[in-house]
This record gives sequence, structure tokens and C-alpha cells, in this order.
Amino acid sequence: MHKVQNNRAWWLILPMLLLVAFSAIIPLMTVVNYSVQDVFDANTRYFTGTEWFREMLNDPDLHAAVLRQFAFSLTVLAIEVPLGIGIALLMPKKGWQASAVLILVTMPLLIPWNVVGSIWQIFTRGDIGLMGWSLRELGYEYNITASPVDAWLTIVLMDVWHWTPLIALLCYSGLRSIPDAYYQAARIDRASRWAVFRFIQLPKLTNVLVIGILLRFMHSFMIYAEPFVLTGGGPGSSTTFLSQSLTTMAIGQQDLGPSAAFSLIYFLIILLVSWVFYTAIMNMQKDNKKQGEA
Amino acid sequence: MEWMVWTTPTTIFFSVIAAMLAGMTAWEVASPSIERKGFLPIATTRGDRLFIGLLSAAYIHLMVVGFTPLSLWLALGISVLWALILMRWG
Repeated sequence: MHKVQNNRAWWLILPMLLLVAFSAIIPLMTVVNYSVQDVFDANTRYFTGTEWFREMLNDPDLHAAVLRQFAFSLTVLAIEVPLGIGIALLMPKKGWQASAVLILVTMPLLIPWNVVGSIWQIFTRGDIGLMGWSLRELGYEYNITASPVDAWLTIVLMDVWHWTPLIALLCYSGLRSIPDAYYQAARIDRASRWAVFRFIQLPKLTNVLVIGILLRFMHSFMIYAEPFVLTGGGPGSSTTFLSQSLTTMAIGQQDLGPSAAFSLIYFLIILLVSWVFYTAIMNMQKDNKKQGEA
Repeated sequence: MEWMVWTTPTTIFFSVIAAMLAGMTAWEVASPSIERKGFLPIATTRGDRLFIGLLSAAYIHLMVVGFTPLSLWLALGISVLWALILMRWG
């Protein structure tokens, strides 16, 4: 049979392309332009070449912020992914319970980020906050404005509370799309609960997990409003993540050149990690398919 | 375009990138790329290899600028060489 090649549908992505050009590509080009200049105002600017990049790459504060950022993102992923899968497995499958649980689980996702920060700020206060007050009554000197450990644990807890539902929802929808025939076959084979999870559910969840992990990584790597409201980056700089360092530099001090250079480095890190991750998982899947066919 | 505060180096940079993308598109239309396996651990198309080349070029330049007193031209040379190797055998 002769197949007609028609690529005219590609024109349909033109509006999207224009939108992306104005919302992402042109701003990014402007950032590149700023990063090689010292910009004072619209008319006064000097070409500085690679000076800002050298300065940013050797800034010890930024090194610390990068390490902190990776530590945070990895911690959050390590908790949220298994927890999200677990919650999805426990969620009821039909009836009014399913809808009720779905709504309850989704709730944290609907709250704006700065509100989440405010909620937790009040929640953890020693005098009126439920969690802060209870911990103190139990004898633990809990104080997120003085103890870096407390501040860290609270931010991680806050992020887990806010974003585990996303993973849980994605996994829930992934689990729902597995045909019953798989489970019937497993029952005939007398597969254990673990075997069902390992060889049926987990492989079928790969796609949604890739999306979930990528979203969570990128998002936690860019986290800004929540720690800003909760701790303001403190105590000291123990919870100052990359985006907050960047904002201080760009908005607070109006250092457009250095912050542009820094943004580009930040962007390259996110790009690399996301690409490596995506490629690795897509490849794993391909190998699995090949094994399945063999 | 004054508001974008163009400089000669950034203009050249973006022109080269645009030219590369246009060239790759023309090449793709003329002879579509076939995914193959080279020395990289994954099967790649031409576009994938160009992307890997550009991304590693960015990192090579950052390393050279940030942590060595060497000239940027050296970084550019290494990047171009690496990109060519990638495109041919990657």
C-alpha cells in the first residue's frame, strides 16, 4: 500500500512556537547578552567578556548553595517517590471512598506556594503553632529560626507534604490503567504481593514516574517561595537555595551581569541533570521492551 | 533590537547556533537521520549528538573560564573537535 506523506500539520505548532519564542527563547537570549556585560541602565553598559562567569564559578557562597540545592532535591525525591507510590497503592479503587480520598490527597496541591510557606510558618511557631508548641511541650527545643537542623527538617517535611500528592496522583492514574487480565494471570501463577508489585505494577508505572520525578526534580531545584516565606533562607544561610541567592543578586542588588551569568550556569545544571535522567530512563525502557520481545 | 543589549560576540554566538539548526534541518530533509549506536552508551540520532556536543561545549567553556587561566580559544578548539568526533563516531 502506498502511504502518502503529508507534513502540513507541522504548521499547527506555529502559534506555540511563537509563544515559546516570546516567553522563553528571547528572554533567554537577553540573559546571555546581559551575562557578558556590566549593565548600569538603558544607555550605560560595558562589555566584560567572561569576567562574570569566572567570578560566579569561584564564589564560595554559590558553591555552598549548589551543594545545598542538590542535597535538598535528592532528599526530597528519595522521600516523595517511594511514599507517593505507597500512597497510590493504598488508595481505594472504587466507590465514594475513592473520590473522597482523591480529593483529600489532592488538597495540598491546590494551595499556592507562598501560602504553604505561611501555613508552615504559623504551624511551626513555638508559641501558637500546633507542631512547634507540641514539640516544645514534649521537651524538644524546636526553633526553626535558630537551629539549622530544625529549619532543614521543616522545609523537607513541608515539601513532602506539598508535593507527595503529585507523585501519588500520577501513580494512582498509572495503576488504574493496568488491565485486570494482568492481575488475573498473576493470581493463576500464585504470584506474591511483592511479585505483583515488582513485575506488573512497577514496570507499568515507569512512564508516569519518569514524568513525576522529572517534574519534582526541576521544581525542587527551583524552589523559592516556600523556604523564603518559612525561613527567609536562614538561620544564617543554611536554607538559602539557588533561586534565592539569585533573586538577592538580581533584584536585591540589581547586579544584572553576574546574576545573568549565574542563571546560565543554573540553567545548564538543570538541563544536564534532566537530560541525563530522561535519557537513562527512556533507555531502560527500550531495553526492557527488547527483553520482552526476545 | 537595542533593548536586547546585543554585543558582537553574542550576535555571532546566536547566528552560529541558528545556522547550525538550519543546516541540520536541511541535512535532515535531504537525508533523514537513522538512529545508530556509536561509542556513546546510547543509540543516538544526529540531532541527539549535536545536542550532546553543544551541551558539553558549554561545560568545557565553563570549566576553562572558571578554573583555568587558559584562553577561551582553546576551549572553543576542544569543543569543536569533540563535537566533530561525536557527530562522526558518537
